Amino acid sequence: MLSVRVIPCLDVNKGRVVKGVNFVDLIDAGDPVLAAKAYEKQGADELVFLDITASSEGRGIMRDVVARTADQCFMPVTVGGGLRSSEDIRAMLNAGADKVSLNTAAVQNPDLVSDTSSFFGNQCIVVAIDAKRRKDADGWTVYTHGGRNDTGRDAVEWAREVVRRGAGEILLTSMDRDGTKDGYDLELTRAVSEAVEVPVIASGGVGNLQHLADGILKGRASAVLAASIFHFGTYTIAQAKDFLASQGIPVRRV
Amino acid sequence: MEKKPKLAIIDYGMGNLRSVLRGWQAAGAEAFLVRSPADIARADALVFPGQGAIADCMSLLVKTGFDHSIREWIAADRPFFGICLGLQALFAESEEGGGCACLGVLPGKVVRFRLSPGFKVPHMGWNSVSFRPDVEISKGMDGRQFYFVHSFYAAPADPALVWGRTEYGGVSFASAVARGRCHATQFHPEKSQSGGLQLYTRFLTLI
Repeated sequence: MLSVRVIPCLDVNKGRVVKGVNFVDLIDAGDPVLAAKAYEKQGADELVFLDITASSEGRGIMRDVVARTADQCFMPVTVGGGLRSSEDIRAMLNAGADKVSLNTAAVQNPDLVSDTSSFFGNQCIVVAIDAKRRKDADGWTVYTHGGRNDTGRDAVEWAREVVRRGAGEILLTSMDRDGTKDGYDLELTRAVSEAVEVPVIASGGVGNLQHLADGILKGRASAVLAASIFHFGTYTIAQAKDFLASQGIPVRRV
Repeated sequence: MEKKPKLAIIDYGMGNLRSVLRGWQAAGAEAFLVRSPADIARADALVFPGQGAIADCMSLLVKTGFDHSIREWIAADRPFFGICLGLQALFAESEEGGGCACLGVLPGKVVRFRLSPGFKVPHMGWNSVSFRPDVEISKGMDGRQFYFVHSFYAAPADPALVWGRTEYGGVSFASAVARGRCHATQFHPEKSQSGGLQLYTRFLTLI
């Protein structure tokens, strides 16, 4: 049976993990490669690096982080943040990323999704959707630039469009819940999961293990992503999987 | 010190092979990428990691001449390992992209998952493999989980080719095939942590 994926996400700025990672046995809490290895050992099913570096020289540093991770970790790695062109995507895939996630660039140039998914393969192209609940009506709209710009696009419709264009997976973040520890926006997660054929990764708002289970059971997501509950050592990946298993959700054990 | 087995990985220019290369190196091989059929002469084993769309893959194999090398290598029962699209390409044909003739090394065809709503395609993530008990290199690994990402799967015409089976969405498909020293997996051992590397290490003992 296919296991539900538990995916830690590491925010990286200029080659360093933002805020550090609080693992007891980690020598350098800011080193993304060491953090990746620690997560691999804990049984993470995949890993996401989110590059929040603003400058272009930072991109080169990120490629180096990805290359060093790919040399040492034998697990799928997705890289997102600041990828604008098919050249950026190619460079990141060549560095060793298995998938890239596109957000602002996909909204600004939807053909980028079509072109790169047909060339590199659908499985390489993840579209990250940052969505916020509408104030004036039902539904959610898509935000770009780290949640600052409201594009006015409907999130569910946008998900359908990028999948039609060839996206192999959706990384769905609720901007209302991100950082709150109140749990995923389950209505949003379910609306998008049921609208598209490809897997949806739930993201944004996890504060406890029940939230992860809810993302799967109520949100119908294929995978759950979290950052702070894992980084700060609140829970290990193994504890998360034990809990999911106790709720009848299939997980991979190491 | 014992000499490491030399392992050539076919690089036909479709993308990144870094993980595959590092995976085989970690498993104990002297692994290297080859861009021309002439370069495989010094290898003890041949690895074919398929990538991208099947039509592009086949046209590049024909263009580079690797199509002949692969057929000859397998016909001589030399150690061969295909990964993902490298498994699918071994069969006679694929229905991907409206239909495409493949290498025809193994009988059967490659078909798309047709699943009930709720089952996502691509089949993505970790799933377990039931291995045929008589295949040496997977002994003791029955039921282990490996990393998959694919929308198509092979349906071998000869059941004796099936090395491993995996269940997804009510379909039990051939997630690994083998004939003699030719082995191929739909899953990615190089993305499957210790279980994947163990499979690579075991394969090297065939050399």
